[in-house]
Amino acid sequence: MDFFSIAILGVYILLSLALLISLVRVIVGPTLPDRVVALDLIAFIVISFIAAYSISSGHPVYLDVAIVMALIAFLGTIAFARYVIQYSNKTKSEGGHV
Amino acid sequence: MFEVIAGVLLLAGGFFVLIAAIGVLRLPDILMRMHASTKAGTLGAGMILLAVAFTYGEIGIVSRAIATIFFILMTAPVAAHAIGRAAYRYGITFWKGTVIDELKEYYESSIQASQQQETKEKS
Repeated sequence: MDFFSIAILGVYILLSLALLISLVRVIVGPTLPDRVVALDLIAFIVISFIAAYSISSGHPVYLDVAIVMALIAFLGTIAFARYVIQYSNKTKSEGGHV
Repeated sequence: MFEVIAGVLLLAGGFFVLIAAIGVLRLPDILMRMHASTKAGTLGAGMILLAVAFTYGEIGIVSRAIATIFFILMTAPVAAHAIGRAAYRYGITFWKGTVIDELKEYYESSIQASQQQETKEKS
């Protein structure tokens, strides 16, 4: 086993740990923006996973999937931010507790 | 030679992504969590994409990897700004050691102004 295959194995382990840890933050919360931030980080981890897989599988075509994933993560985050703002405006104008 | 560079970049990128995840779990309030996830996450993902470019070394793949890094570097701050603003409007509680909140007066005056405008339109 040379250094490169050990590095690929190591990056898979590190990314899996990161995915588990940020999943804990998605579950624990405590508020909606916390979950959005953790989901944004999960999208970054998935992009890194796809890039590492495109190295280890030997098919560089997977890099296109990483580009599309980056695009969708950005749009999803912006959509969530708009939703959170609308939700807080609505609850504030109704006089309810946010 | 390129394989060694790619392996070091892979390990460093995975390390930075793990640091970002630990920061998201451990830091006390949402603005600090965003500070961890946005910066360290971007750096880690960029390093792993750079490792792809070093592994293959063909012009099409290198340009695609660099385009992805550029796209991430452009969009991550915009997304973080949008979530940060939304979280502030949502009414998050700050960490107890927070010293200054310069946005507070600005948002209160802007909310009052919009409410006054609404009542004027109704009357």
